[in-house]
Amino acid sequence: MLGIIKDRLARLHMAALTLWFGASNSALADGVAGITMDDVNMPRGVTEVGQSIYSLHMLILWICVIIGVIVFGVMFYSIFYHRKSRGVTPAQFHESTKVEIAWTVVPFFILIAMAFPATSTLLEIYDFDDAEMDILVTGYQWKWKYEYLNENGENVSFFSNLATPQSEIYNTAEKNENYLLEVDEPIVIPVDTKVRFLITANDVIHAFWVPELAVKKDAIPGFINETWTLATEEGIYRGQCAELCGKDHGFMPIVVKVVSKEAYGQWLAEKQSEAAEVKQLMTQVFTMDELVERGKGVYNSYCLACHGANGEGGVGPAIAKSAIANGELGTHLDMVVNGSRNNAVMQAFGKQLNDVDLSAVITYQRNAFGNNMGDMVQPIDIFNYKKG
Amino acid sequence: MAHGPAKGIGRWLFTTNHKDIGTMYLWFSFAMFILGGAFAMIIRAELFQPGMQLVEPAFFNQMTTLHGLVMVFGAIMPSFVGLANWLIPMMIGAPDMALPRMNNWSFWILPPAFLMLAATLFMEGGAPAFGWTFYAPLSTTYAAPSVTFFIFAIHVLGLSSIMGSINIIATVMNMRAPGMSYMKMPLFVWTWLITAFLLVAVMPVLAGAVTMMLMDIHFGTSFFSAAGGGDPVLFQHIFWFFGHPEVYIIILPAFGVVSQIIPAFSRKPLFGYDSMVYATAAIAFLSFIVWAHHMYTVGMPVAGELFFMYATMLIAVPTGVKVFNWISTMWRGALTFETPMLFCIGFLVLFTIGGFTGLMLSIAPADFQYHDSYFVVAHFHYVMVAGAVFSMSAAIYYWLPKWCGKMYNETMGKTHFWISFIGFNITFFPQHFVGLAGMPRRIPDYSLQFADFNMMSSIGAFIYGASQILFLYNVIATIVAGKPVSDEKVWEGAEGLEWTVATPAPYHTFETPPKIDPAHAHS
Repeated sequence: MLGIIKDRLARLHMAALTLWFGASNSALADGVAGITMDDVNMPRGVTEVGQSIYSLHMLILWICVIIGVIVFGVMFYSIFYHRKSRGVTPAQFHESTKVEIAWTVVPFFILIAMAFPATSTLLEIYDFDDAEMDILVTGYQWKWKYEYLNENGENVSFFSNLATPQSEIYNTAEKNENYLLEVDEPIVIPVDTKVRFLITANDVIHAFWVPELAVKKDAIPGFINETWTLATEEGIYRGQCAELCGKDHGFMPIVVKVVSKEAYGQWLAEKQSEAAEVKQLMTQVFTMDELVERGKGVYNSYCLACHGANGEGGVGPAIAKSAIANGELGTHLDMVVNGSRNNAVMQAFGKQLNDVDLSAVITYQRNAFGNNMGDMVQPIDIFNYKKG
Repeated sequence: MAHGPAKGIGRWLFTTNHKDIGTMYLWFSFAMFILGGAFAMIIRAELFQPGMQLVEPAFFNQMTTLHGLVMVFGAIMPSFVGLANWLIPMMIGAPDMALPRMNNWSFWILPPAFLMLAATLFMEGGAPAFGWTFYAPLSTTYAAPSVTFFIFAIHVLGLSSIMGSINIIATVMNMRAPGMSYMKMPLFVWTWLITAFLLVAVMPVLAGAVTMMLMDIHFGTSFFSAAGGGDPVLFQHIFWFFGHPEVYIIILPAFGVVSQIIPAFSRKPLFGYDSMVYATAAIAFLSFIVWAHHMYTVGMPVAGELFFMYATMLIAVPTGVKVFNWISTMWRGALTFETPMLFCIGFLVLFTIGGFTGLMLSIAPADFQYHDSYFVVAHFHYVMVAGAVFSMSAAIYYWLPKWCGKMYNETMGKTHFWISFIGFNITFFPQHFVGLAGMPRRIPDYSLQFADFNMMSSIGAFIYGASQILFLYNVIATIVAGKPVSDEKVWEGAEGLEWTVATPAPYHTFETPPKIDPAHAHS
C-alpha cells in the first residue's frame, strides 16, 4: 500500500512540473511519467465547437487569474505591510463613492467582454441544421442504446454495455488501460460529417457526455433532446454518463469510434446484413445447446450485474433455485419481457432484446445454475407471447 | 427581575432563552457536521484507489446523498441559525428573540427530523441514493421505499427553517434598541435579515417539490412523469428555484460574519458599509432569476440559456464589490492574525477562487463541459466549505470567549486553521483537474487516469477531517478549562453592542434597551 502511495506521489510531483512547464514546454510535459496537460485541463477535442469552448474556457480562466493576482496581491501587500506588529496606526477611512462606482462598473464591462464570445459559441452549438445523419441515443439503467435513423435498408440498432469484467472492478484482476471506459460495442460515426444525436432515456435521467466531441446533453425519459458533433479526426473517444442514474451510474461508458467515410459505409453495410440475419433467425428453430450458449452471452451482458455471475443474486434476487426460473414458463416470460411490477429496477427486456436473445436467455436461466427444467423457448414463442 | 437558567434537562427542553437555543443549535449542527463528515470519509476512502474496495455502488450513492443533505440542512444551515440566535438580540440591543416559544419549537423539531433521515440507512432498500438534489424520476418511481421518510424529514426541517426565519424577521423589525436605524445595524444582522426573507420565500417551494414527489409515489399523480403527461424537468425547475437561493441562504450569513471579524482585527471600520448592504440585497434578488444555470444541459431553448447565462454572470458584480470592500477594510489597517482573522483570510482567498470557478461555470457553452463533473464538486466545496464552514469556524473562535467567558487556546486554534487550510486545498484543488479531464461526479469508481489526483484528494480529506477533531477538542477544552476572560471587549478592535455586555454574557441581556449614540456609525 505504501508503495502505491509513494508511486502516486512521485507522479503527482511530475504533474506539478507539468503544470508549471506545461504551457511553454509541452515536450517535457509529455515526456515525464505519462502525465500531460490532458490530465489537468479540458481537452481541446476534435471538433470546431470543442476548440471554441476550449478557447472560451482558457480566456475566462486567464481573466480570473489576472483579477486574482491583482486582488490577492493587494491583500497580501496589506497582510505584510499593514500589520500591527510593524507599529502602524490604523487609518479610519471607510467609504469612497468613487472607488465603489469604479469597482462596480469595471467588472461589468469585463463581463460584457466575456459575454460576446460566450454568446457566439452558444449559438454555434445550437445550430442543429444540415445534419447529415441522425443517431437516436437512449439511456437505460445502466447502458446505452444506439439507433441509426434515416438509413436505406435495415435500421441498425444495438445496446452498448460496459465491457470491463467484474474481476477488474473488484480487484481480482489487473485493470486494463481503458478500465471502465470500454464497451462491448461502440458507436461508429464517419469523420468530417455532421452527426446529430437525438437523446432520450427509458427510465431515469442520464446524460450523454463525450468530452472530446464537446457533447453533453441530458437524456430525459419522455422527451427527446438534440445535440450534434462534427469530428475532424479519426480515433476512439471515450465518455461517461454524467447524470446520477442509480446504482451503476459509474459503469455506463460511451465509446465513439470516428472512422473514415468508407470504413463507416462498410461497417454500416455489415451491421445491416447482421440485422437482416437476426430477422431471419427469428423464424428458425434452435436446439437446446444453441439456445443455452447464446443465452449465456446475453445473460452476462444484461442480467449478471444484478443477478450475479452464477445466478446467486446480488442487487436482484437469485435466479439459481428461484421459483420463477423453476416455475411456470408464462410467469418467467412475463418477468423478463414485461419487467417486474413491484420493482422498477427489473426492466422490461422485451423492448431491449430481440426475440432470439430473449428466447436464448430464458432458456439459459431455466437450464443453468443448477436449474434443470429441461424446457426450451423458441424465438417464435416470444413473438407469439408479445403479440398476446 | 433577572433570574438564571432552570436546572436539569428541563432547562434545555423547555427553554425560551435565545442563548440556550443558540447553544443547542450550534451543538446540534456540530454533531451533524461530524456525521456528514463521516459520510464524506467513507466516500473518499472508497475513491482512494480505482476499483471497488470498501462499499458497494448502491451504498456509495447513499453516502453522497446523505453527505449532501446532512451538511446542507443539518450542519451549515442550523449552525448559522444558532449564531443568529445568540447574536442578533445582543447586536440590536434586544432582550431576546421576538417569538421565544416558537424559537424553542423551531429547534426541537430538528433532531427528530434528522433522526428519521438517518434511520433510513437501516431500512429495507437503504437510504435515499439519488443525490442531495433528488432528481425525479430517480427519486420517485425508482427510489427505495425510504424516500417517504426522506420527504417527511424535508418537510419538518423546512418548517423549522421557516419558523426560525419568521422569528428573525420579527426580531430585527421590532426589537431594535431605540436609535438603531436599519442602516446602523451590524452587517451580520443585515445579511441574516435578507437570508430570512430568502428562506421564507423558497422553503415552501421545496416543500411543494417534495409534496409533488409524495403524490407521484403514493397517489398516482404524474407531476414528474412524462408517461402521465408530466415532466421530469419540471422537478429540476422547482428544485433549483429553491436550490439557488438556498446557496445564498448558506453564504450570506457567512458574509455577515466576515464583515464583523475583518474590521475587528484590522482595527478599522468596515469599508463601504452601505454598498455591502446594497450588494447583499442585489445578490438576494439575482438569486431568484438564475436557477436554470444548474440545468444548462437539460435542453432549454437558446433564449433561455442566454437569459440565465447573462443573469448569472451579473452576480459577479455585487460579489466582487463585497470582496473589494473586505480587502479595502484591511488596507492600511493595523492587522493581527488571531485564529478568527486567519479563518476570515482563508475564507477570502478560497471563496474568491470558488467565485472565479463560479464565473467560469456561468458561461453556458463552457458549462457543457464542466457540468456534472468534478469541476463542479470542487467549485461548490470552495464556496460551501471554505466559504460557509471557514467563516463558521471564525465565528466560533471570535465569539466563544464572549459566550463562555473563557479564552480558547490560540496555538491550537491556529494549528486547526493551518491543517484545515492545507487539508482543504489538497482535497479540493485537484478535483478541478480531474473534472476538467472528464471525471463525472457521483461515481463510486473511476478510470485509471484519475487515480493520482483522487488519491491526493482522499489524503487531503482525511487531513481536513482530522483537523475538525482538534477543533472540537479545543472548543470543549475552552468551555471546561479555558483561561477566564472578564473584559467586556474581548478583542481590542471588536465593535458592537454584544461587546458592551459582561463577559461571559449573562443569561439575560438588555432587559432595558441600551442607548445608541446617534452620531456613532454602525459597527
